Amino acid sequence: MPRWLHTLLSSWTGRFAVLVVVGIALTAVVSVFWTPFDPMLSDVRGRWAAPSWPHLLGTDGTGRDILSLLMAGARTTAFVAVGAGLVATLVGISLAALGALTVRWVRESIAVLVDILIAFPVLMIAMMISAVWGGSLWVVVFAVGIGFGVSIARVTRPELRRVQQSDFVLAGRASGLTAGQNLARHLLPNVAPVFIVQLSWSMAVAVLAEAGLSYLGFGASLTEASWGTLLADLQRYIGVHPLTVVWPGLAITVTVLGLNLLGDALREATDPTLSRRSAQVHVPEVIA
Amino acid sequence: MTLVVDALVVEIDGTRVVDGVSFAVDDGQRLGLIGESGSGKSMTALAILGLLPDGARVSGSIRWDGVELIGMPDRELARLRGDEIGMVFQEPRSALNPIRTIGRQIAEPMRIHERIGRREARERMVAEAARVQLPAPESIVDRYPHQLSGGQRQRVAIAMALAGRPRLLIADEPTTALDVTIQAEVLDLLLGLVTDEGMSLVFITHDLAVLSQVATDAVVLEHGRVVEQAPIATLLTAPASPVTQALLRDATATLWRAADDDGIGS
Repeated sequence: MPRWLHTLLSSWTGRFAVLVVVGIALTAVVSVFWTPFDPMLSDVRGRWAAPSWPHLLGTDGTGRDILSLLMAGARTTAFVAVGAGLVATLVGISLAALGALTVRWVRESIAVLVDILIAFPVLMIAMMISAVWGGSLWVVVFAVGIGFGVSIARVTRPELRRVQQSDFVLAGRASGLTAGQNLARHLLPNVAPVFIVQLSWSMAVAVLAEAGLSYLGFGASLTEASWGTLLADLQRYIGVHPLTVVWPGLAITVTVLGLNLLGDALREATDPTLSRRSAQVHVPEVIA
Repeated sequence: MTLVVDALVVEIDGTRVVDGVSFAVDDGQRLGLIGESGSGKSMTALAILGLLPDGARVSGSIRWDGVELIGMPDRELARLRGDEIGMVFQEPRSALNPIRTIGRQIAEPMRIHERIGRREARERMVAEAARVQLPAPESIVDRYPHQLSGGQRQRVAIAMALAGRPRLLIADEPTTALDVTIQAEVLDLLLGLVTDEGMSLVFITHDLAVLSQVATDAVVLEHGRVVEQAPIATLLTAPASPVTQALLRDATATLWRAADDDGIGS
């Protein structure tokens, strides 16, 4: 087992985070092939069934199985989180690299551009786009992806610049690495901890944004199961069937919490100077 | 002549930091570049490796085995770096990558230039760690830089610079950031390794006392210009330029202070 994975799983938060993220991913995959019931199949006679066999989490107002809806919703969540994460990575790394490693006028223009872009509220823009051209999950993916890509660039760029000016980057070049190899071996791994926290945070926000936009009717379409849509459907009956609202709410909360904790745990695991385990290792302090 | 620097000029954003510096280093010769900070000695070293910062303009000539290095494509220069010319930097705190084990960093030049496998790299990184007298070389190669002392880190940096068995080592104030006692040990180690391998050395410092221990000849720089160039013995006994005289005064003052501390002088 690699050292970073070991560190990741050595803390409670790390284990919880991995459990949540792996759980969501597995559920999303399984839901493609199998759910207890067809999530979109309504059964008028079985409306508002209490949690029991065979409807483990009960049914909603049209008799749809809530567990199946949640499982299918995990697919939407995973799609949006991964999609927004990929877009954010691409945008963030490109902007940060252009803003830190190129000639001065490009660097400074990028810095200004990032400062301007960061002023735009992501969710507001996603809603505007959705309102004008109609909502879809892709709008959520790109709005959150680009928006958070800019924040990632904002945080990663100075970090990249700082690392680039360290002697070990120069030492890497002095050892014979080409500029590209040096970037991959010394520069990017050293900004990874900062980057990972931002990325997991942006994925968590993507999950929230999807749920929020779907709740408002701008995200997932009616044929796609989404925790946000489900929450919006169920909360109208919160006075009558309060328990049903808990399930999608819990799914969203746990997922967002898991993604956030994963970022922190990964940062600790990829940065040896932060790891408690390595700090305790006894090093012979021979006078050198 | 292995390395010939001729009328080297380096301009950074329009400011001349190196202004017509010329010197030559023979096989096995140990040359010092000495001067106050800002005299252009580090920039001269970086110019030799082609690693000047962005916005630097170089003219003049730097020849390695008769081949011109100025204007050489970076890819070809990269083949020389770490393999034929190695470099040790001043600050051991920042000269090592904080998130890579020191063994991997020691092995880096050999993995770049010799394409050796994992197992061989492991054996050789341990051997190199032992060569620079790091304690417990078998296990220390798995440590991270923050777990080592400053002196140990500088030994790692030296091991890294020498792992590719270069013919020329450039050491940029390798002992300045260290405690005086550790300074002497690292200096001894460096000198021992350089003379054992018959390597050439370019040693950069502002301290004539340190330089007199490692180099045979010296180039004295001020404001990017060569003000004096002579064997060390001449500089110590008959310094011609005011700059050298000042450096010599500093060096003797340090020695007297050290002697005072030891209770010898008083």
